[in-house]
Amino acid sequence: MYQHTRLTNNNFTFFQKFRNFDYILLICILLLGFISLATMYSTDGGKILFHTKSHFTKLMVFTMMMLFISFINIKFWFSIGYLSYIVVVSLLVWTYFFGITSSGSKRWMDLYFINLQPSELMKIFIILCLAKYFHRMKLENVNSVYTILTSLIIILLPMGLVIVQPDLGTSVLIAVSGIAVLWFAGINHKYFIYTMLGFVISLPFVIAFLKPYQKLRVLTFLNPDKDPLGAGYQIIQSKIAVGSGGIFGKGFLKGTQSYLEFLPEKHTDFIFTLFSEEFGFVGSVVLLVIYIIIIYRIIAIGANSRSYFAKLFCYGFGAAIFVFITINMSMVLGLLPIVGSPLPIMSYGGSSMLATMIGFGIVMSARVHSQQLIA
Amino acid sequence: MINSSSDNVKKLNSINRRMFITGSLKFFIMVGIISRLFFLQVKENKKYLTLSDKNRIREWKLAPVRGEFHDYFGNVIAGNFEAYQLHVIPEQVENFKYVIYRLKDLLELSDSEFKKVLKKKKEIKPWETLIVSNNLSWDKFSKINNHLYDLNGVKPVISISRNYPFDENFTHIIGYVSQANEQDIENTELIKKNFVPGLKVGKIGLEKSFEEKLIGTNDIERYEVNAYGRRISQLEFQKGKKGQTLKLTVDTEIQKLANELLKDKAGSICVMDIFTGEVIAMHSSPSFDPNLFVFGISQDNWQIIRNDPMKPLLNKTLQGRYSPGSTLKPIVALSALENEIINTNFTVRCTGKTELYDQTYHCWKKEGHGYVSLRNAMKMSCDTYFYEIARKLGVDKLSETAKKFGLGKKVFDNLFEIEKDGLIPNTQWKKNALGKGWLLGETIITGIGQGYIQTTPIQLCLMTAQIANGGYKIYPKIVIDDKDKIKPSDYYTPLYKNSRNIKIIQDAMFGSTNEVMGTSYRSRIDNPKYQFAGKTGTAQVKKITERERELDLKTSEIPYEQRDHALYIAYGPYVNPRYALSIVVEHGGNGSTTAAPMAKRLFKLIIDRHEMRQSINQKKYLEI
Repeated sequence: MYQHTRLTNNNFTFFQKFRNFDYILLICILLLGFISLATMYSTDGGKILFHTKSHFTKLMVFTMMMLFISFINIKFWFSIGYLSYIVVVSLLVWTYFFGITSSGSKRWMDLYFINLQPSELMKIFIILCLAKYFHRMKLENVNSVYTILTSLIIILLPMGLVIVQPDLGTSVLIAVSGIAVLWFAGINHKYFIYTMLGFVISLPFVIAFLKPYQKLRVLTFLNPDKDPLGAGYQIIQSKIAVGSGGIFGKGFLKGTQSYLEFLPEKHTDFIFTLFSEEFGFVGSVVLLVIYIIIIYRIIAIGANSRSYFAKLFCYGFGAAIFVFITINMSMVLGLLPIVGSPLPIMSYGGSSMLATMIGFGIVMSARVHSQQLIA
Repeated sequence: MINSSSDNVKKLNSINRRMFITGSLKFFIMVGIISRLFFLQVKENKKYLTLSDKNRIREWKLAPVRGEFHDYFGNVIAGNFEAYQLHVIPEQVENFKYVIYRLKDLLELSDSEFKKVLKKKKEIKPWETLIVSNNLSWDKFSKINNHLYDLNGVKPVISISRNYPFDENFTHIIGYVSQANEQDIENTELIKKNFVPGLKVGKIGLEKSFEEKLIGTNDIERYEVNAYGRRISQLEFQKGKKGQTLKLTVDTEIQKLANELLKDKAGSICVMDIFTGEVIAMHSSPSFDPNLFVFGISQDNWQIIRNDPMKPLLNKTLQGRYSPGSTLKPIVALSALENEIINTNFTVRCTGKTELYDQTYHCWKKEGHGYVSLRNAMKMSCDTYFYEIARKLGVDKLSETAKKFGLGKKVFDNLFEIEKDGLIPNTQWKKNALGKGWLLGETIITGIGQGYIQTTPIQLCLMTAQIANGGYKIYPKIVIDDKDKIKPSDYYTPLYKNSRNIKIIQDAMFGSTNEVMGTSYRSRIDNPKYQFAGKTGTAQVKKITERERELDLKTSEIPYEQRDHALYIAYGPYVNPRYALSIVVEHGGNGSTTAAPMAKRLFKLIIDRHEMRQSINQKKYLEI
């Protein structure tokens, strides 16, 4: 115990921090970055055009930022847990009033050099906020009505702000991130089971309240062939692209489905489809393995962290990343209805990458400062 | 501290337990996603590969190259030429408005033509081809080529199109082609199969009858296209087959002469080989230029053709139903001989008119012919003689012989859908069709080819040919079809009971043309090489009143529509005959003055070209 205290009081030297890095995680992230760049190059038709350039710039800047974050003591991240949440909520409120409207929803705020999507940031900062909330709480208090209500408010507030944008997909992902933390914090199984049951029962009513385009998505998911040129087009074309890839794929830059523009939104939500068409089953599994290693490393870092906050954040973030990946892939493989959800790092989009990189940065910081205790 | 530490331990236990549960859940989800990938990419790969190819590969059919028509000597009478066209794909044009107005200036399009192009543009999708002009002159085509730098997206195209080098000469045989309409596509499976926008198909004549042989097969271009249907690259070009070339039996030179003879007249000329049944020439006048129809006829031209009182659209050779007039007399005489009603010594006294069944029947010669035998009656075309033998013969026996020799039924079966049957009346027919009994007076006028009887010029030609060849059945043909060598079983079967009777008729026809007092004596050729035998005919268009008979007007004094039709049938050379012909000149007045002189000019050419025709035939055998 004493020794630990001694260590905590010690400030690490730069080189010590450097040695503490999780190189496997770093390499995997860089590898993923490289793959995403190559795929982006392919979406540009084998040329270095706008998307490739922009993606490259973001990748460089945000990777540097991730490294920077990892050198900052995990205590600092603990200390700004609530503050960052409040800041992002205010950004969401700002967006609600002054956001940029594009294709029917008000999701972005204009920061002059970048259009920021605060809802993406919320996916990470809600984990940070809840991890801090549960950090000092005694286990017997976790299931108190007060705690549950407070944490529900923490989740529902940003969710509501995102739903009105309207952006159902992101709000669901925010909820998933938050619920993941509640789960790890030890909230009774019963509540999850009841919520699940309640959700299933209320599903028909929820559908009744959905916007027409959302309803259409659900119906289309259930039967994409009903309207192959309309709403079912995305799912059908995506399945064709993946399916035609075969075991080894059509080859880099040879994905006809994307090259000939049959694929919708190939830069963003459907980037995995393009990758899968060009690199086939083998490539897709390799990509999945990289993701699995990343998630495994995040969990391992959490397991090795001394502070409960770091553990909770890592587990929550790992679960959230897992859900992001699986929802995106299930969507493009026709297992789930189309909801706007990017594939972390792979998809084009600054806000999503910014949020993911901040998450990785905090995880890396937890690793570097794994012996740090937080009072 | 102890308290807090035990709480920490509990918290750690709880979070680790839950991590384990989450981990297992993640494992199952991952397995699910990987098996989904496996299912799509490995198991269903073939299905999705096909779907992906279906997505990206699109076929474009090009118009097939149409088979040609050649005459007997291999001259092209319906061929193909390279038409200079101008295509624009609207979506590939940056500034469509600018380009289209620029084109309007360069091509000197009229406002109505220009409007038509704009209308067409609205009807097609932006990636489809807009044909701005489908048959440009070389001057304009090269002008466009010089300005291409300024005309982004405009494509000068050389396309293959129908051409009729002899203009109106063959229109009523081969017909013409024009853009396929919905009905054409629906009715003919091969048109449906080969259809491309702008495809031209036969509308009338042999072009229509042989559509399935002529049409050929499409060239097919396979392109990779993107999601918006834009062509990215050509993957394959599959050459189509040209349609079959059809060789006709007609002789262009004789056809041209027939055109020349009937210039500015309404009528028909057909010439036939009396043994093979090959049609050497077949012309209906007036004709029209089939080239006008290839790219769609203009409204003005169409009105001119449609409103012409001489009815160029009517194929008079096959559709025109004429009273045969005196050209029927050889058949009437033959029928009487065959039925042994008369013999060559049978004589009738002609006084210019005869009273039968309370009616007066006039001979064309007011003064009468006196005592006439069969030979003289044919030679001088004495009507009174034929009234008498028709009366004795009866219409039923007459119609039997007439039908046997090819009158009253389609000559080409279903080759030309427009061909008419004509009409050979008998008592049964009248009862069925008109519900009235046959009158004896009607028999009398049938004897000189008037009354109900109606024949087409091609039937008269066949009749003459079958008399000339000694009375044997032949089947006329106009297309030489190598595959169709099987002759009908009754080919060359005799049509007579006694071959002597045919000889008598032939001799009488010889007299009619080559002896003094013969009706076509003035058109004779003395040289035995060209000498021909024939029979004139003058068919009344309306009943002649007593007053008109007294006036005895000259043809030129009668209004055009009331003038008689002039007819002539003939065969030659008289010794060893080979060709038969029939000539009809509508409202031409008199057979002997209008139609017979044409026969003279025709026979000269026909017989001059006979050897050439034979040599082509022999060459064919040598090649085999």
